[in-house]
Amino acid sequence: MSLFHRLKHALVILVALVAASVASIAQTADEAFTRLAADSYSDTSRAIEILVSSAHPNAALIVEALNDGRLLAGPGGVAVKTAAGGFVDARTGQALPAAPVDMKPVRLNNAVRRAVQAALGGLGLLNPDPAKRTAAAEAVFKSRDAGLLPIVEAAIGKETNPRALAALRQAQAAILIAKPDTQPLDRFAAIEVLRERADQDALATLRALPGDATPALKDAQAKAIATIEGRLKLWAAAQNLWYGLSLGSVLLLAAIGLAITFGVMGVINMAHGEMVMLGAYTTFVVQELIRNHAPWLFDWSLAIALPAAFVVAGAVGIAIERGVIRFLYGRPLETLLATWGISLILQQAVRTAFGPTNREVGAPSFMSGAFELGGLAITYNRLWIIVFAALVFAALLAILKLTPMGLQMRAVTQNRRMASAMGIRTGRIDALTFGLGSGVAGLAGVALSQIDNVSPNLGQSYIIDSFMVVVFGGVGNLWGTVVGAMTLGVANKLLEPYAGAVLGKIALLVCIILFIQKRPRGLFALKGRAVEA
Amino acid sequence: MNAPVPGALTSSLLYLDGVSVSFDGFKAIRGLSLTIEPGEMRAIIGPNGAGKTTMMDIITGKTKPDVGTVMFGGTVDLTKLDEAAIANLGIGRKFQKPTVFDSHTIEDNILLALKSKRSVGKTLFWKTESPQQKRIDDILGIIRLADRRDRLAGSLSHGQKQWLEIGMLLAQDPKLLLVDEPAAGMTDGETAQTAVLLKEIARDHSVIVVEHDMGFIRELGVKVTVLHEGSVLAEGPLDHVSANERVVEVYLGR
Amino acid sequence: MITRFLLQNMDKRGGIFLAILLGSAVLVPLSNLLLPASSPFHVPTSTLSLWGKYLCYALLAVSLDLVWGYCGILSLGHGAFFALGGYAMGMYLMRQIGSRGVYGNPILPDFMVFLNWQELPWYWWGFSSFPFAMLMVLAVPGLLAFVFGWFAFRSRVTGVYLSIITQALTYALLLAFFRNDMGFGGNNGLTDFKDILGFNIQAQATRAALFSLTCIMLAAGFLIARGIVVSKLGKVVTAIRDAESRTRFLGYRVDRFKLFVFTVSACMAGVAGALYVPQVGIINPSEFAPANSIETVIWVAVGGRGTLVGAALGAVVVNWAKTLFTSGFMAPYWLFALGGLFVVVTLFLPKGILGTAEAIWARRRKPDSTPAAEPAPAE
Repeated sequence: MSLFHRLKHALVILVALVAASVASIAQTADEAFTRLAADSYSDTSRAIEILVSSAHPNAALIVEALNDGRLLAGPGGVAVKTAAGGFVDARTGQALPAAPVDMKPVRLNNAVRRAVQAALGGLGLLNPDPAKRTAAAEAVFKSRDAGLLPIVEAAIGKETNPRALAALRQAQAAILIAKPDTQPLDRFAAIEVLRERADQDALATLRALPGDATPALKDAQAKAIATIEGRLKLWAAAQNLWYGLSLGSVLLLAAIGLAITFGVMGVINMAHGEMVMLGAYTTFVVQELIRNHAPWLFDWSLAIALPAAFVVAGAVGIAIERGVIRFLYGRPLETLLATWGISLILQQAVRTAFGPTNREVGAPSFMSGAFELGGLAITYNRLWIIVFAALVFAALLAILKLTPMGLQMRAVTQNRRMASAMGIRTGRIDALTFGLGSGVAGLAGVALSQIDNVSPNLGQSYIIDSFMVVVFGGVGNLWGTVVGAMTLGVANKLLEPYAGAVLGKIALLVCIILFIQKRPRGLFALKGRAVEA
Repeated sequence: MNAPVPGALTSSLLYLDGVSVSFDGFKAIRGLSLTIEPGEMRAIIGPNGAGKTTMMDIITGKTKPDVGTVMFGGTVDLTKLDEAAIANLGIGRKFQKPTVFDSHTIEDNILLALKSKRSVGKTLFWKTESPQQKRIDDILGIIRLADRRDRLAGSLSHGQKQWLEIGMLLAQDPKLLLVDEPAAGMTDGETAQTAVLLKEIARDHSVIVVEHDMGFIRELGVKVTVLHEGSVLAEGPLDHVSANERVVEVYLGR
Repeated sequence: MITRFLLQNMDKRGGIFLAILLGSAVLVPLSNLLLPASSPFHVPTSTLSLWGKYLCYALLAVSLDLVWGYCGILSLGHGAFFALGGYAMGMYLMRQIGSRGVYGNPILPDFMVFLNWQELPWYWWGFSSFPFAMLMVLAVPGLLAFVFGWFAFRSRVTGVYLSIITQALTYALLLAFFRNDMGFGGNNGLTDFKDILGFNIQAQATRAALFSLTCIMLAAGFLIARGIVVSKLGKVVTAIRDAESRTRFLGYRVDRFKLFVFTVSACMAGVAGALYVPQVGIINPSEFAPANSIETVIWVAVGGRGTLVGAALGAVVVNWAKTLFTSGFMAPYWLFALGGLFVVVTLFLPKGILGTAEAIWARRRKPDSTPAAEPAPAE
């Protein structure tokens, strides 16, 4: 019997059922209630079947009650104890004035429980809400309960919502695959349906095909499995790519401030990671204040933390520049050491003030949760961080290209002495550049507080990666930093499935070390005589 | 292009032909051709940006030309060698800004330049023998720094550093010396002395002098090559060259 | 020739340093072993071990000074060579445990039994032999430095770029050694050593001998480093530090000189690590942490870079201060002090303690002479 025939058959049954239910609903219901009152396992199971297939108006109420042990039966009839503690007549649904005296709870054994579960699934298929119907169909798909086949087929006939219909068809296909007595033609059709579904569950279902199936069927099954596996691999690669982009944008946020200070001033700021850390702690403090004083603002906490973190980190950056780095120009290696010292001091200061343990930074509602895009699972926090990184990058690009300060910064990057000779106050530009770079690190800290532990060591874990990004991307070109960050991020995540997280990272470090040999000044280095010196 | 040179070229000590190089699209040298004969002293002049320093960079291996031939002694292709190899062939260079080793004594500066094996092992177990010591003493005498030999080079005046660097070139005993603005920042007296020193050196070495100072070049009294925008504009005795209309135009502007 | 090489132009300061070291090598162990604990001249074993550790650090500092102070290569990965030397020694000590381990396996170290390994990995072969292990103490760090330097110096990676990739090098090794699959004990590293060359490693006499040996190796390291820096090669190397491209135009192959110094320095750091491990009783991946390597730099900076005695002195002073700080109520403030030290030394004492003292002394002695111009800072 082909699927089509079966559908037609189901339709006929359904029509008959509906007709019968209208005509003799009272009669079948009578039988069901009698059986319930008998309180034997087989009678109870049968009663459930009758109630569900006759679509009794109180069927859901009764089955759920039975499932929870709240269904009472006895010579006096059948009653449901409501969750609130009251009692209703199971047949009419009307409230009873007092607790029924001659009834006791209907007992369940495993067979009854299975019947109850199946009935609940089946009842869900008839739920008025399409989303609930879809979910119920999904549950049936996973259970592959052959007993539900008629009701699934009946539901298919009535279904108008396309999503629910697709889910129902898949449920039907899943049952047909697993059921031992399904006709081969139906199985072919079912395999086709599953192949289209193409996910991990479809694979599992396909593998449920009984071992005694015909070779042609097995062939079709193997082909479908291969197709699905291929598709899944593609999705897995896409997912890794997504993770890579996400990691890349995190690296970009952490490194871009470093790229600016290194590019303009030739200074390696080893305390850059601590600026990120300060930004994260600023977020923590802002959230604490909001929690204690204005909880309704919580969803805005990150928006408030952003300018605060920029200012805090930027101010500390300017203080470092004016207080220490200014005196070390032309001595890049000493600057490296001094800023390392500063990073130790900042870490210890934060450890003293906030304690050495991780602090909890909450996520506003729009940052939590995830959604699925095809085979991709996309979390909102990662998505927002990518958007945020893009925005920060665009803003920095705009500052460098469009503002007078940006022009002066670029001039200093290319030729410090010439810029100075043209009346640019290089000292002021240095301080502002450092402030800007540090402020951006603070912004990165706000973003990182959403995906990483906020601890005094937060900055340390990003600093080497950030260096790698800057060194790889080359100095004096923000696009180089983007390419560097994204390349490293994606390469890291694509290597991980093959080499494991740690080995992948090591491989990447080695690659960069080798790359630096080839292009000592990075991917997008400035060329010419001026840079040589 | 890099094939062995024809026999006709072997008489030239240095032979540049059709050399071009560009940085990020800017052509610093375009189609430069130049020959220096053994024992010749040549002055090279040209306005800023004419490519003088880049030309020296190419000869000494700091910059690789995009196209063109650079041959030394008629047989060696300089474009294939690095700085150290070229220096060991016998091409010495004095920079525009005097670069001596500030934290070494004057004597050690000369010692480092002194012609000798440059390998790691030889330098590790080096012992200065008496002929070498005599050569160092001679050079210190020529550059008039014998009485300051134990001073750090960093403590010297600008002019003295220039001489020390010339002394280092002498110690290297190269076949060809490239001297970039030896008189820059010198007093008139020092300039005249430098000219004498260079002429002395030119007796048994080939020398290329890059200079702005016309008086200095007149004092040297040698053949002059004028560079402009990376190629040769004029060549000949100074009087002949300075009469050239185009040279005047380039130097004085239009 | 070797003696001449090592002792040429020995100055007073170097002589005093050597005398102190060789004196300590003899007298301190004697005092520890022979004098009663009540004697005011008795050196307790704990002090002995502590100072033994400081002297290992001093040797590491001398090796770093050789590349940084004299050649201008700021290596932020010297801790890697130290740790590799330490692991080579640790592997020998592990093999000496034999069947006395917790699992009693005569061949496999405990951690391998724990990981269900069936046989010794090939790179552990031979480590039961002391001479072989000592060869590896030199060869492994030396080879790594040679290969790394060969690539880096040939392509003229200099300045902060070089510093950053040396840091990446040690970071990569840190990650690698944390992995259990590497076969170096993973997170826990190598420990529970029993004996060295048949002597109980915990015994007082062994500890005294190790201290003595450390003094002698530091003296030897100092002599070799000094021999190098006062030779003509040392002059070339300093010239490279001050004006790299000028040196090249004089015909010196800068990359080879750097490579030589870097490799020698790495071997020396490896020896320091090998001496360190039996005295502290453990080697684990945290020795590869980039922070350790940077700390080594500050020892050299504090003592005075470009002065070998200063580097050793700086290592001892900073670590002595660290012990003082971290053992008392001031423990939480140690990082403030260390961080402050980085800033203060780079800002106010660029020549370090010894360099500054030297300058003051020189000025006192010859008040009339013009002060020597400051050497250009190394890049």
